[in-house]
Amino acid sequence: MSAMAVLDLKRKLAILSDAAKYDASCASSGAEKRNSLSGPEGRGKGVGSTEGMGICHAYAPDGRCISLLKILLTNFCIYDCAYCINRVSSNAPRARFTVKEVVDLTLNFYKRNYIEGLFLSSGVIQTGDYTMEEMVRVAKSLRLDHDFRGYIHLKLIPEASPELAAEAGLYADRVSINIELPQDESLTILAPEKDPAGIKRAMGRMRLSIEDHNEPAKKAGKRKFATSQSTQLIVGADAARDSDILARSANLYGAYKLRRVYYSAFSPIPDAASRLPSMRPPLMREHRLYQADWLMRFYGFTQGEIVEPGEDLDLTVDPKTAWALRHRGDFPVDVNTADRDTLLRTPGLGTRGVDRILSARRQTRLTLADVKRVCGSTKRAQPFIVTADWTPGGLTDAKGLKASLIVPEQLSLF
Amino acid sequence: MRVVRLASEIDFDGWRRAGRALRAEGVPPEAVVWTVEYDLFADGAAPAAPAKGAGPRFTVPQPFIDLAERVVLNRSNERFALLYTLLWRLEREPGLIDNPADPDLTRARDMAKGVSRAAHKMKAFVRFRLVEGVEPEVYMAWFEPAHRVTEAVAPFFARRFTGMNWSILTPDACVAWDGETLKVSEGADPADAPREDAQEELWRTYYASIFNPARLNPRMMQQEMPKRYWRNLPEARLIPELIESAQRRTAQMVEARPNPPSERVLKAALRHARDGSYGESDPLTLEEAAVAAQVCRRCDLWREATQAVPGEGPARARIMIVGEQPGDEEDLTGRPFVGPAGRLLDKAMLEADFDRRKAFVTNAVKHFKHEPRGKMRLHKTPDRGEVQACRWWLDAERRMVKPRVILALGATAVMGITGRSMPIARSRGAPIALDGGARLVVSWHPSYLLRVPDADARARAYAQLVDDLRLAQSLT
Repeated sequence: MSAMAVLDLKRKLAILSDAAKYDASCASSGAEKRNSLSGPEGRGKGVGSTEGMGICHAYAPDGRCISLLKILLTNFCIYDCAYCINRVSSNAPRARFTVKEVVDLTLNFYKRNYIEGLFLSSGVIQTGDYTMEEMVRVAKSLRLDHDFRGYIHLKLIPEASPELAAEAGLYADRVSINIELPQDESLTILAPEKDPAGIKRAMGRMRLSIEDHNEPAKKAGKRKFATSQSTQLIVGADAARDSDILARSANLYGAYKLRRVYYSAFSPIPDAASRLPSMRPPLMREHRLYQADWLMRFYGFTQGEIVEPGEDLDLTVDPKTAWALRHRGDFPVDVNTADRDTLLRTPGLGTRGVDRILSARRQTRLTLADVKRVCGSTKRAQPFIVTADWTPGGLTDAKGLKASLIVPEQLSLF
Repeated sequence: MRVVRLASEIDFDGWRRAGRALRAEGVPPEAVVWTVEYDLFADGAAPAAPAKGAGPRFTVPQPFIDLAERVVLNRSNERFALLYTLLWRLEREPGLIDNPADPDLTRARDMAKGVSRAAHKMKAFVRFRLVEGVEPEVYMAWFEPAHRVTEAVAPFFARRFTGMNWSILTPDACVAWDGETLKVSEGADPADAPREDAQEELWRTYYASIFNPARLNPRMMQQEMPKRYWRNLPEARLIPELIESAQRRTAQMVEARPNPPSERVLKAALRHARDGSYGESDPLTLEEAAVAAQVCRRCDLWREATQAVPGEGPARARIMIVGEQPGDEEDLTGRPFVGPAGRLLDKAMLEADFDRRKAFVTNAVKHFKHEPRGKMRLHKTPDRGEVQACRWWLDAERRMVKPRVILALGATAVMGITGRSMPIARSRGAPIALDGGARLVVSWHPSYLLRVPDADARARAYAQLVDDLRLAQSLT
């Protein structure tokens, strides 16, 4: 009998959640709304609900949300991706859950209100199809044997057959395939067995499946097929610039209708491969990429406006402030008259703040104090706006403006 | 001074009745004192609802009711008075509710926000424990909410844990679910709930393992999981040690020397590189061409596209239809003419009595050229260099299929076939002889028809496409 067989559940859980923690995605939002009390399938025999907004049941000391039981079915893997702790050439301890163990663990945690559901990923064992089949069995058992109505996110194995991917979509709320590296060329070097074209094709098929299934299911009042897919890009493991990364994101959002692209600053892993950089990128870089991503999706910015080709984002100020500093001629804007698009491009004003400004100014001429009340703070906005009782004067064009807007870095570790 | 005694700390209905009556009487906010009286039989109970017709008619906007319902659950002592002030002002300033910048409204909104956050955190941080030795299973939790949200949040737990018997004990109130109904009772004591649950050891294992010490950020953690909740979270006891050891663990990882990859792995990588490479040797079969096109790097369009879309149809088709390039759907499915333009072409074929299955259908350019626009991909016409680069594949397809007739749809297709540009309007309608004996028929690209704004022009172009399909068929 091998050492594996005697691993107890606790040890397996430690190994297989440790191995899963490099996946940034933990969202449990955006699933179709359902619960166990009522619904198209009637009252449930089991437990579970998803009510649109995700819930973070705990936060780890890294500040990240713990919403799902995020584990691997196994961390045995036949591949050798340099950035991955589970690559075949790594000396990480190995373990493998049975389908039933994952199902029981999910239900036990869920019934104690530790989690919103399951995020199951896996190393690839034997073949892509074999691995995917095991993962689908977990989701299927939760849904069919236990009438589990919580959240399920399955990581797709890109090389698994389209039929299995489609079956995963039947039981999961979200599926994802990690692109991992922003440039196809680096994928070839750092993840020699991963086929970027295969990943793209699998994402394309999944988008079509999601679109094909959900319209008829909606009409029939039936349980929906997976409602979204997402992916992850690792930042700082290759030479890609922020402009390359954002261009890749813009491409992914457009091509595969992804709900989210996650950016994960490459993190030192135990037993790292020699093909990797020894330094980790500043976490601030990841943060700035998320801000830029938001600007593209909710603030009407195009990727080219945010960062020039071949360039990185400015780490010292947020990308909207950086854009405003490059376009000082467009400022200050009068919050009492400017249109929505212009307000959205103003540093310090978020989408909700802008909507409140638009509503409030129908009632009153806004003062700086008013803007502070609806936006929470005017520190960043002040040099860029005019209100009933405030005008920045020469401040907008002042030489020292940028320096005054730099927030001392607090995200760094040491 | 008027004193209003409400029945409980969360007596929204009582506040509403009293507010209504006071307003009707014209009692200004500064003349009212709001208290909570647990002894309902004491004097000075809440004013009765106003008699019909008393005072001027006044309808409270629904957003204010929604706000007030939440504000009442806040632990702030001034909540009832603030709400009455807002009610009083709403009658006099009807626009108030739509002014998010108003100081009173801002204060109420902040209180409501505190309540919503407390409710959300209750959904997140309640931890059930299995009561030992009871059949069927019963789960219990002790929880201390930041505001008085227990009753308001209880239905959420009923919807979620429908198939479970559970109760949540708090200092304010307790709620219990027996699978059928929710019961509310008075506040309780932590000693009334179980002290342990065997699963908590596993949960702590998970909590410790999912934490990435290289990203330590306790400030962020505490912002979202304030310390006030820690004493009832079984995992929180690990936090000090996890923070303390993070730096050491990260340093060890960075210092550790990388292991060289194994021979076996290197061999696999080499094998992959060999199999995946695209040689410039001519493909000999259509299948080979279709596979090789997937790794084509003759131009840069592969980068943004999902896949190359090779032609499809009988290998010895007498007629070949050439379009411009794949669109959004073609890019995702890997098949030509399956999107909106393809559907229009199918319709025209049906009208022309043209059997698509007998034709080899392909495109002048095999990858989808586009630019991202928000969440869409906008089609972009391939440039001359890209068409030229892709002629390698189109020529290979022509060489292998050897069609008698080629129907070129649109200017890009004409360019791909002939290497030069020709105006469609003047070159369509009659066959053109090509080198090697095949004949070329030129027509409109169906996606051009989809874009023509003028209905008459569109109908005319469509009729011409049908004619050209007939013409092409007649030449086979």
